[in-house]
Amino acid sequence: MFDFLEGYDLLGAFWVTVQLTVYSALGSLIWGTLLAGMKVSPVPLMRGFATGYVNVVRNIPLTVIILFASLGLFQTLSISLGASDFTDINFRLAVLSLSAYTAAFVCEALRSGINTVPVGQAEAARALGLSFTQILRLIILPQAFRSVVNPLSNVLIALTKNTTVAAAIGVAEASYLMKGMIENEAQLLLISAVFAFGFIVLTLPTGLILGWVSKKVAVKR
Amino acid sequence: MQLRKVTAASAAVLALALTATACGSDDKDDASGSGGGKKITIGIKIDQPGIGLKTPDGKYTGFDVDVATYVAKELGYDAADITFKETKSADRETSIERGDVKFIAASYSINDERLQKVDFAGPYLLAHQDILVRADDSSIKSPEDLNNKKLCSVAGSTSAQNVHDKLAPKAQLQEYGGYSECLTGLENKAVDALTTDDSILAGYASQDANKGKFKLAGFKMTNENYGIGLKKGDADLKKKINDALTKMVSDGSWKKAVDANFGPAGYKNEEAPKIGDIVK
Amino acid sequence: MTSVLYDAQGPRAKRRNVLYTVLFVLGAAAVVWWVYDGLTSKHQLDWVKWKPFFTSSQPWETFLWPGLQNTLKAAFFALIIALPLGALFGIGRLSDHRWVRGPAGVVVEFFRAIPVLILMLIANQAYFEYTELDPDTRLLYAVITGLVLYNASVLAEIVRAGILTLPSGQTDAAKAIGMRKGQTMVFVLLPQAVTAMLPAIVSQIVVIVKDTALGGAVLAFPELLASVRPMAANYGANTIACFTIIAVIYLALNFALTSFASWLEQRLRRAKKSTGAIVGTGPGGDLETIDAPSLKIDGERAV
Repeated sequence: MFDFLEGYDLLGAFWVTVQLTVYSALGSLIWGTLLAGMKVSPVPLMRGFATGYVNVVRNIPLTVIILFASLGLFQTLSISLGASDFTDINFRLAVLSLSAYTAAFVCEALRSGINTVPVGQAEAARALGLSFTQILRLIILPQAFRSVVNPLSNVLIALTKNTTVAAAIGVAEASYLMKGMIENEAQLLLISAVFAFGFIVLTLPTGLILGWVSKKVAVKR
Repeated sequence: MQLRKVTAASAAVLALALTATACGSDDKDDASGSGGGKKITIGIKIDQPGIGLKTPDGKYTGFDVDVATYVAKELGYDAADITFKETKSADRETSIERGDVKFIAASYSINDERLQKVDFAGPYLLAHQDILVRADDSSIKSPEDLNNKKLCSVAGSTSAQNVHDKLAPKAQLQEYGGYSECLTGLENKAVDALTTDDSILAGYASQDANKGKFKLAGFKMTNENYGIGLKKGDADLKKKINDALTKMVSDGSWKKAVDANFGPAGYKNEEAPKIGDIVK
Repeated sequence: MTSVLYDAQGPRAKRRNVLYTVLFVLGAAAVVWWVYDGLTSKHQLDWVKWKPFFTSSQPWETFLWPGLQNTLKAAFFALIIALPLGALFGIGRLSDHRWVRGPAGVVVEFFRAIPVLILMLIANQAYFEYTELDPDTRLLYAVITGLVLYNASVLAEIVRAGILTLPSGQTDAAKAIGMRKGQTMVFVLLPQAVTAMLPAIVSQIVVIVKDTALGGAVLAFPELLASVRPMAANYGANTIACFTIIAVIYLALNFALTSFASWLEQRLRRAKKSTGAIVGTGPGGDLETIDAPSLKIDGERAV
């Protein structure tokens, strides 16, 4: 029944999807936290930059961002991110674009997490003489992160699915393989079922595990 | 009351969106008011310069378009009676089978697989898979030189598969949704060559904006016999189209169309193929 | 403007802020200059590549406007089908009956887990094999179907969360005056939940508009993004210029959408003493209002 799978590297394709997801998740978490920090910082220009960044990136399709990375960064500005052949370059460009895009959503989630931290926490920290970065790093962000595990897990699930857009610049992840298979094989429903199942396997546990984590770490107030 | 306001608000959104789409749906076919003559719909490509291209003024140009127009004229349709319709590669057979188009001239190579579903008139052009390189690049002299070079083509195309499987297995291949993206890379030296049918490449290279920037290598890596696809079993139409194609070659219109569409790129076209003469 | 996150600034802090600002501007300027220089040296900013968009209305009439129309058409139909469907499934998940709640939950979770792009590919292929639609209609239908399946399940979650934010007293009061379950939902719960849901719904509309571009990328549905192909082919492959113009159009469109929605939301909020959504008492003066906690979660899903 599943002999149409022969000759296709299904696991390999999904492995690329997983790698894209993991690297981009790390990248977007770091960049998104920095953006959130900027957004509440005392320097008006940084606040403005973070707001502008989030508003611009959120309103442009991911496909356009990825094409910009490939055509603009790589083909025009010759940034190959330290890789030498197209497979690596495209993979890294995809990670970069996915991180840049997802960071906007991480930033928004974190900012709403910061909002849930009671004012007294920050006031007490200031009374102790902590600086802005200390308050953010030691008091606010740890509490904020705990309250946004759930939104962040939704962002992560969306990221997993968004990796399919990387096919636009020729990254051979799951949807790239699926398109090729649909064109060559006559087993539409089975092929779709296999790929749908693959994504469910990736996303459902993420949601369940992080949902459990979010309950565990939630700050009781 | 809140309920009413919400309804009013959503009605406003609805109205707004409707106006936006309503403006969209006014058809262009009602230009038919005058003639009253019969109409014909022909399938072409709209994004391949030299072959079939929709120009900014809403008209269509290219070799396929010229051939289609000539054939339609021989079949008794004025240029004004022709409706050109984009047929994407994956939709060509079904569009013919269902009668959405009368015939298709869209860089449509004759092959056995397609012959099972549709009939072909022609061929009317013999093209070959070739590569386009920067005009000042002389490092690629034979197809073997392509190994270790950076190639670009359209995702899922047969040209891309050929490179992978036969021509230059060691070449790096960048795949995009369209040829224009490849051309940007070629222009900026991020890729070394763009590969597909020489007719399409010649079309790109002869554009005003690209003149002098690119050249064709002239490798004849495959044979692509462009035919006119039509409904299977319609022998009458096939004969008429074949007659029209023969006449187009004999009265010089064929040569004129080739020169006009591919000429400036230094493209050496094959002689006009004989009807039914498929080069394997 | 001060925030609780930092003290009112003294002279030293102000000097430091000025320093940071200057460094930031310098850094940004360096990046901008480097991009500008790179683009110029590769002739991407040559006037000939950009001229068509500014000196003639033809590219707008022939390529961009028809593309935008298709984008709006697909997004609009996807929205008006997905909204009621989503409401239905969202309410279904809150049903007292297990045989309604269960299947509704499974459907919602299933379609939320699959990438829209794959849903579109499947829909297109299914229409291709099992219907007689002509190619143009088929692509439109496939794009709308993919968008509806995914967004209806997201909207279902938004509706569910919105209703759950309402105090249980609302339901109790409705029961007390003898309303049936359906009446309670339609006349008491849903109208109040709408204000709370609005921000999340709007960010979902933006998602729908952006996701139409997937139809262009994988199915060559002739929407705004796909209009680049014939356009760039005409102007000597000026892809960077084309994509920039397209990005600006998306920005303007989505910005208009969000602005309209926040105006609408404010009107709705002012019009009633809100129970559905709470205005957050954020720590900083410059921090914006937030929604009820459980709803916010879904608002952020819109990626």
